[in-house]
Amino acid sequence: MFRLIKDTLLSQAVTLWGVFRKLFVKADTVQYPDEQPYMFPRWRGRIILSRDPDGEERCVACNLCAVACPVDCIALQKAETEDGRWYPEFFRINFSRCIMCGFCEEACPTNAIQLTPDFEMAEYVRQDMVWEKEDLLIDGVGKYHDYNFYRVAGKQVAGKDKGEALNEAEPVDVRSLLP
Amino acid sequence: MFTFAVGSALSIASILLAVIVLAALLIWVERRMLSFWQERLGPNRVGWFGIMQVVADMIKIFTKEDWVPPFADRLTFVLAPAIIMIVVLMSFAVIPFTPEVGVIDSNVGVLFVLAMASLGAYSVMLGGLSSNNKYALLGSLRAAAQMVSYEVFMGISLLGVVVLAGSFNLREIVETQADGWYIVPQFIGFLIFLIAGVAESHRLPFDIPEAEQEICAGYHTEYSGMKFGMFFVGEYLGLVLISSLITVLFFGGWLGPAFLPPIVWFSLKAGFFIMFFILMRAALPRPRYDQLMSYGWLFLLPLSLLNLLVTGAVVLVSTTATM
Ligand code: SF4
Ligand code: SF4
Repeated sequence: MFRLIKDTLLSQAVTLWGVFRKLFVKADTVQYPDEQPYMFPRWRGRIILSRDPDGEERCVACNLCAVACPVDCIALQKAETEDGRWYPEFFRINFSRCIMCGFCEEACPTNAIQLTPDFEMAEYVRQDMVWEKEDLLIDGVGKYHDYNFYRVAGKQVAGKDKGEALNEAEPVDVRSLLP
Repeated sequence: MFTFAVGSALSIASILLAVIVLAALLIWVERRMLSFWQERLGPNRVGWFGIMQVVADMIKIFTKEDWVPPFADRLTFVLAPAIIMIVVLMSFAVIPFTPEVGVIDSNVGVLFVLAMASLGAYSVMLGGLSSNNKYALLGSLRAAAQMVSYEVFMGISLLGVVVLAGSFNLREIVETQADGWYIVPQFIGFLIFLIAGVAESHRLPFDIPEAEQEICAGYHTEYSGMKFGMFFVGEYLGLVLISSLITVLFFGGWLGPAFLPPIVWFSLKAGFFIMFFILMRAALPRPRYDQLMSYGWLFLLPLSLLNLLVTGAVVLVSTTATM
């Protein structure tokens, strides 16, 4: 009998009181268009293509992002400049398919493709959700300020010969017998 | 004719208007209060503090297509939502709001309210039955069983008050509370009436006939537009009705210190219970169906009978002692 009263009345009363006290707790709601929420720097939002500290495009059109993308929404075509740098001739992200998973950023060897805290990308026309390279490419370095792929990679480009990259050993002279 | 008196046209019109406006407003009040209790803000965009949300909802619900499913039984389907509105509004006829405001002064007020509550069950039953939908049928089955069984304790729990007041007339019941509200001698009766009232108006936590998580929307699964709106407003009207009844039966109706007019006292008390019902919705989980039934028949019924027995014995002893 006592248990019955405890279960049916007392525990309900305790719950009621607990919920009633919430009346004096500040609401968690962020009234979005009026109040902007704080977006964390790691937020996975609108995708950008960044440039290296020298102001050149970072993307080397390796296609790794396109392969990593689980929904196949990245399309690009490789092209090459005269001085040996690779770059994407076009680079297209279909944001109506992108799920903002960030796999492309993880896959990218050059830190070119990056996700940003911006999420306000609604459009009225579906075709406007497809972003081209002009829309994606920014003038800055994004999240990684010092990284410059061609300065650490072994690839030879104009102004940087083999063996001149950061921490790179001289190329082995295959014709020499000396150790 | 145009003065406030029991049964005058002005009185009737203002009660009708006030009750319906209040029921519509409650939709907003409930959403707001629920969200405060859940640490949210709720609808606060339209108008001052979002109060015009009611108007927006009304516009939406009135302009919706009035649709009857082809497989439904047309006549009953259309009739069912009207029944609940009519029945609940009829019950307000016997509620004494203040000494002057009221529709009729019935000798059988308590019985009339109970009778109307029983008729309300038809609305839900017919609505579910005519929808020709499995969920709706399940909902109306549950509603029928729940309302029929909880009506029993509702009636019995009231009888304690009736015994004390010596009258079925709600107005006289209020007047006899001048020297003490019935909440004190009839506390158990009050608790049972409260629980039965929640079950009768099938509000949460006893909203088993329309439990969204289990059976879609129960008996009104097939309803949309204004017909759904009638069920919806009918439910809020029921909420107002139960709160007013509790006020009248156990909390002395309009009685209160003279610095506030009677209607204010009545509204304050009824408003308190409306808020309490909303709080219950915010806080309490829904019991299982069989739990509800066994709780009612095995616990509430004996308790209410015991309450009636003891009240009757006490009244008998005290009246014979004074004679
Ligand atoms: S965030 Fe994910 S879905 Fe979007 S482009 Fe990158 S890999 Fe594809
Ligand atoms: S963005 Fe990165 S991963 Fe994608 S093609 Fe360019 S360099 Fe490769």
